Amino acid sequence: MFGVIVMSGNPIPPPVGWLARTRTLSASNPHRLPSTVVREDEPVLVAAAKKGDTAAFEELVHRYESKIFRLTTNITHNREDAEDAMQDAFLKAYAHLDGFQGDSRFYTWLVRIAANEALMRLRKRRPNQFSLDEPIETGNESELLPRELQDWRPNPEKEYSDAERQRIVSEVIQTLEPDYRVVLVLRDIEDLSTQETADTLGLSVTAVKSRLLRARLKLREKLDRYFRQGAPRQEAPN
Amino acid sequence: MNCKGVIREISNYIDGELDAVAKHELEHHLTECHDCTVVVDQTKKSIEILCDSQPIPLPVELSSRLHAALREKLGKKPS
Repeated sequence: MFGVIVMSGNPIPPPVGWLARTRTLSASNPHRLPSTVVREDEPVLVAAAKKGDTAAFEELVHRYESKIFRLTTNITHNREDAEDAMQDAFLKAYAHLDGFQGDSRFYTWLVRIAANEALMRLRKRRPNQFSLDEPIETGNESELLPRELQDWRPNPEKEYSDAERQRIVSEVIQTLEPDYRVVLVLRDIEDLSTQETADTLGLSVTAVKSRLLRARLKLREKLDRYFRQGAPRQEAPN
Repeated sequence: MNCKGVIREISNYIDGELDAVAKHELEHHLTECHDCTVVVDQTKKSIEILCDSQPIPLPVELSSRLHAALREKLGKKPS
């Protein structure tokens, strides 16, 4: 027991409805479905783009521009920086296509380029608030224990429209410290592996896991205000 | 395993990265601790909600600017 207030109730039931479309995460089924279904023609498009077929590359851009914009927006939280990072990421990807060996998904390769573009802008804009070079103070492990714990309503996310859920997620991500936010975005939204996340950020796997643990616990804590039993249905900020 | 141990390993547990012994110990603790069961379930659900985050549709003008810049850099005239 954590020695905190606990409302009675049942554990959260398995995902249903809209959640059933998401990746299922469980210890018994840890396999993560790819966040993007790779179309069969992607290797053909990449090969053509490598040979200078700009139309093939533009098709790849069309496929991934929304996802890359989500990534750069989530990392920078600045519209101008997000746009610039996205554009430069695609330009760099084209310029360095020969360096793509096909040992990962093209999208994963693209995500790593875009993440670095976004991180570069984040560091410039917030040099004192974000530095992957410095270890995060882990503090006392007891601080990780939830301070106030209540059951969530069954399927509370159903009370929100798709657009409202998007706003809630966006708002919650924004409130995370950049060090945690970046790891969470790469690992859980963009579906990079722990090793890929570590390589992208220049961190050790241990450091990524440590930040991911804290980021996920903070995420739960922040979503709690929307989903806990007895809490009024909240309007997500615009 | 105690509550601190569960919290310390919750991320590895959700990702299926615990070895069999640690997984068994954690799940045994969950059978006896409602608080930890709640935290594990809520954390899983939080990740699922995050995973469902949708791409941000590009405004038309932004997409046009992006492709115009690409064409300029790639030396291709607008179609």
